[in-house]
Amino acid sequence: MNQTRRERARADARGNPPGVSQPEPASPAPDREHALLLMREMLRIRRFEEKCAELYSAAKIRGFLHLYIGEEAIAVGAIQALEPDDAIVATYREHGHALARGISAASIMAELYGKQEGCSRGRGGSMHIFDAATRFYGGNAIVGGGLPLAVGLALADKMTRQARVTACFFGEGAVAEGEFHESLNLAALWKLPVVFFCENNLYAMGTALKRSESETDLCLKASSYEIPAWPVDGMDVVACEDAARRALLAVRAGDGPCFVEFRTYRFRAHSMYDPQLYRTKEEVEEWKKRDPITTFETLIRAHNLFDDEDLKRLEEEVGAELAKAVEFAEAGTWEPVEELTKFVYSERVR
Amino acid sequence: MTTPAKTVRITYRDAMREAIREALQRDPRVFLMGEDVGRYGGCYAVSKGLLDEFGPERIRDTPLSESAFVGAGIGAAMGGMRPIVEIMTVNFSLLALDQIVNNAATILYMSGGQFNIPLVIRMTTGAGRQLAAQHSHSLEGWYAHIPGIRIVAPATLEDARGMLWTALEDPDPVLIFENGALYNMEGELAVDAGAVDIDKAATRRAGTDVSLITYGGSLGKALAAAAELSGAGVSAEVVDLRTLRPLDTATIIASVTRTHRAVIIDEGWRSGSLSAEISARIMEMAFYELDAPVARVCGAEVPMPYAKHLEDAAAPQPSAIVAAVRGMMAERG
Ligand SMILES: Cc1ncc(C[n+]2csc(CCOP(=O)(O)OP(=O)(O)O)c2C)c(N)n1
Repeated sequence: MNQTRRERARADARGNPPGVSQPEPASPAPDREHALLLMREMLRIRRFEEKCAELYSAAKIRGFLHLYIGEEAIAVGAIQALEPDDAIVATYREHGHALARGISAASIMAELYGKQEGCSRGRGGSMHIFDAATRFYGGNAIVGGGLPLAVGLALADKMTRQARVTACFFGEGAVAEGEFHESLNLAALWKLPVVFFCENNLYAMGTALKRSESETDLCLKASSYEIPAWPVDGMDVVACEDAARRALLAVRAGDGPCFVEFRTYRFRAHSMYDPQLYRTKEEVEEWKKRDPITTFETLIRAHNLFDDEDLKRLEEEVGAELAKAVEFAEAGTWEPVEELTKFVYSERVR
Repeated sequence: MTTPAKTVRITYRDAMREAIREALQRDPRVFLMGEDVGRYGGCYAVSKGLLDEFGPERIRDTPLSESAFVGAGIGAAMGGMRPIVEIMTVNFSLLALDQIVNNAATILYMSGGQFNIPLVIRMTTGAGRQLAAQHSHSLEGWYAHIPGIRIVAPATLEDARGMLWTALEDPDPVLIFENGALYNMEGELAVDAGAVDIDKAATRRAGTDVSLITYGGSLGKALAAAAELSGAGVSAEVVDLRTLRPLDTATIIASVTRTHRAVIIDEGWRSGSLSAEISARIMEMAFYELDAPVARVCGAEVPMPYAKHLEDAAAPQPSAIVAAVRGMMAERG
């Protein structure tokens, strides 16, 4: 039967990418250890960013600061599906991804402070977290600007026959950019091992998706490039991980890219300067009822995988890590001004 | 005593192709990517025949997506490859400015030195082929404004043959500007010609009365002007910049210090330009050496017209260079 693109863009009943059927569930059955891991990772990001907001008010952190609060399930779930030598390309809203990827909270915090002990030596700040050790290729502050890079990283892997995948995170705002369309086309045309993780939080700064796109079905756009694409509840960390695992499995099989739309919401302002005139308090409150951390907590408590003791312990551990990170950043040093022009070009041995 | 090297008659286009071929043979990480580089053979036939020799993986046709394939070149370079990205002309590179300026030029710095980008981007520049206002501009001076990238402009067969390999060995992004009027330039090239440096300007003709400072498509015109001037008893030195960023200021200043006069010739526009930058450096560093104000012969400040006579009038010509020098010498009194 001839399916319409709209139908083909849908995952099957199991949540498999369209055209990809996997008999076994890709994610492991929920167990206590894994539940604790997901919970801990989400809490780490939440507490880290709450602290960031505080430090911003205290003028310890400057520049633009985009918080991920409300969207933690995506980075935590999706990055679970990555192998250590996979690559990540992210946006300016990337603290969560960096933490979930295993870049130390201390080196991220030092970066936000602008200290040379920061993961980008204080050259990048909040929007430009880079880390070679974990193949974290930024922190890109140009909407859509990271997608071509991800395509290129995947091209290199394909040409050198490395079984690695590049995960590219971006907001739904990027879908309006030409670079989105050029990149999806190229990735599909060349069957590159890249996975597009679109974080649809409904607003690009103050512009609602429906006010900026004639077609608001993002999966339909991706599937028009013959890319398997499907939406998933971005507030549900288990669903996020599951979707990412299925996508990664398909991409690793060599079938080319996948596109996953994580439906989510940012609880905080776009950045630190945003009176949020474009949405109602009621709408925000409605979404907060679906807070990825509290809903997951409720779920694992119901399965007797988590109790008050666990929460207390996790909070303590996360708090201790955070306190150390702030201490590290505070104790950090400023790069000498004499090094201002260092790394404009590589240091060349001649 | 060295015996004269054996030479072969070759065009600039073929020299460029030889350079690409050699790079592909020498380094398995090298590949060529761009619009119509494969089956079509390259819009200026530079890559003609390479597809048959190296296959579609390494001679990679792309869709009309300048931003995506330039960005993919950056990503592939970070991923361990040594891409040569071809953009048909500099005007089309404007669709990839985001990737060049916001990514290629910044990532090493923003990442605190963690990720360098060993990428080469080649593109055609310049007028002379009646292609009018969307295919003929000389925007390399714009790119030379940007820290983090290196800009080179081969004006000779040796440089067409030799700059690419050096650019590929550079750890950072290098943009190569090939003036479209040069592709058919033919001459003798040593059979063993190979890599050349991309750091230094070159004195293409020695002289004592005036320095003609130029690059790319205007080099031939400056040399023609110098020949004419020599008939009139004026000895002109011709400096080929070769690398537009970083500028080899030392060679420029040394030449001006010898001749005490400078004329800068650039197909690009005069306002806010590379020629203005060079003039400023001479002013800053050799003001007291000058016997006359620095002069410039630049492209007329118009979108490039189509009609031949107008296009000729819009580009620097030997006659204008000669006139500029004569005006300067007249002031000698
Ligand atoms: C090319 C470009 N245009 C505009 C901006 C300014 N800007 C920064 S974030 C943003 C909204 C992007 O929204 P989205 O992609 O949905 O991501 P979100 O911020 O919601 O995570 C805009 C317009 C930019 N950084 N880059």
